[in-house]
Amino acid sequence: MTQIYFSEDHEWVSLGADGIATIGITDHAQEALGDIVFVELPEIGRAVGKAEAVAVVESVKAASDVYAPLAGTVVEANQAIIDDPALVNSQAESGAWFFKLRLDDASAVNALMDRAAYETFLGTLS
Amino acid sequence: MHTTPLDGLNRRLGARMVEFAGYDMPLQFAGIMAEHKATREGAALFDVSHMGQAIIRDVAGFSRLVPGDIAGLKPGRQRYTLLLNEAGGIIDDLMVANFGTHLQAVLNAGRKDVDVAHMRAQGLEVEPHFERALLALQGPKAKDVLPEGAGLKFMDAAALTIGGMACVVTRSGYTGEDGFEIGCAGEHGEALAALLLARGAVPAGLGARDSLRLEAGLPLYGNDIDETTNPVAAGLNFALSKKRLEMADFIGAAAVNAALASGPASKLVGIRLEGRAPARSHAEIRVQGARVGEVTSGVFAPTLNAPIALGYVRADLAKPGTALELIVRDKPLAGQVVTLPFVPHNYAR
Repeated sequence: MTQIYFSEDHEWVSLGADGIATIGITDHAQEALGDIVFVELPEIGRAVGKAEAVAVVESVKAASDVYAPLAGTVVEANQAIIDDPALVNSQAESGAWFFKLRLDDASAVNALMDRAAYETFLGTLS
Repeated sequence: MHTTPLDGLNRRLGARMVEFAGYDMPLQFAGIMAEHKATREGAALFDVSHMGQAIIRDVAGFSRLVPGDIAGLKPGRQRYTLLLNEAGGIIDDLMVANFGTHLQAVLNAGRKDVDVAHMRAQGLEVEPHFERALLALQGPKAKDVLPEGAGLKFMDAAALTIGGMACVVTRSGYTGEDGFEIGCAGEHGEALAALLLARGAVPAGLGARDSLRLEAGLPLYGNDIDETTNPVAAGLNFALSKKRLEMADFIGAAAVNAALASGPASKLVGIRLEGRAPARSHAEIRVQGARVGEVTSGVFAPTLNAPIALGYVRADLAKPGTALELIVRDKPLAGQVVTLPFVPHNYAR
């Protein structure tokens, strides 16, 4: 089973054997955002730095940035969530991934949290 | 932070809370989309106790502060009006109802202290009852939830007993739908809300209230209107009594008459955007690359499944059909001026 990593900005990262990382927002994040009505994703080929704002989600009321949890180059973006943004609410940690990155340094995932650490982190919020 | 008399109930109902105008208020319960839809199709209950209820007995004294025909407001009727400053700027927008022995005003939460200070400075006696509860029951099925209100038409007002509780009820609201606003003693607020929820209304929060009022083309004080905007620019001419303008016997009359004579430099318009990305408050509005105005409120409209906005544009660009560019994240989004409201009103006239 693929290891999933988590950032403090509430993104999840799934690292494939090919060194390509699939990135989305966590279930906690979609719940906090509420009904998502619009998603903007980065262009293919864009080089992004760690913690750089690369995507946008809009709920009925407000816009929020999505950050790149790791540095890399965008190799794919998920058209399905552009066509149907509500998928982010229903499938945040499965089908509704945002984009894929070819990581500059695949070992950088080790600086992220595993699920248990992320759950503990959520417990420290509010 | 202030809380409303319904704070405990709101939390028991699972509200996600948000600070608004110094109050801890419910932003949403089931979710903005679901609550919005419930209001358009059924009946939803909003806690709006943060708004200030006040009693005024001096009709002539109050009349001098607003441009509406208050002397002509019959007992049992309510009217939308404006407190204006000398420059014709809007101190607050409010509902005022004639209950025969007195007027009742409903003031915006963020303005109620300013309003009372203004009225008193102008020599008007006003009795604030900010401890009272105010519930907005909104939607096409509101009349089924509140059969006690069957005798009221749109903008009627009456003292009614609901579940044994003394209430003041108007058939009005801030959603574009039929519905009622119901005031009662603070200590009865939770019991009244529980009764209306038991009769089938669903709890709704400020999130849905904002998307509903925007679809209905209704301005929000602090966003779309403020002390620097005059009623003519804001498209609130319907709140200006012809007779009062002729008599020019209210504060701000000279400025309002001047704005009517010369026409405002900018006008508040409805804007429908292409695509799905909303433009929010303060987004720049351009025509052919040149700045012509600014968005004052923007939301994704659940009923239309499209983004909409209110904003001020140069007066010559206020015609429906005018193409606009709204700058969001440094990129222009295409939109056009449309007639308000975005979603037709559904009042019980």
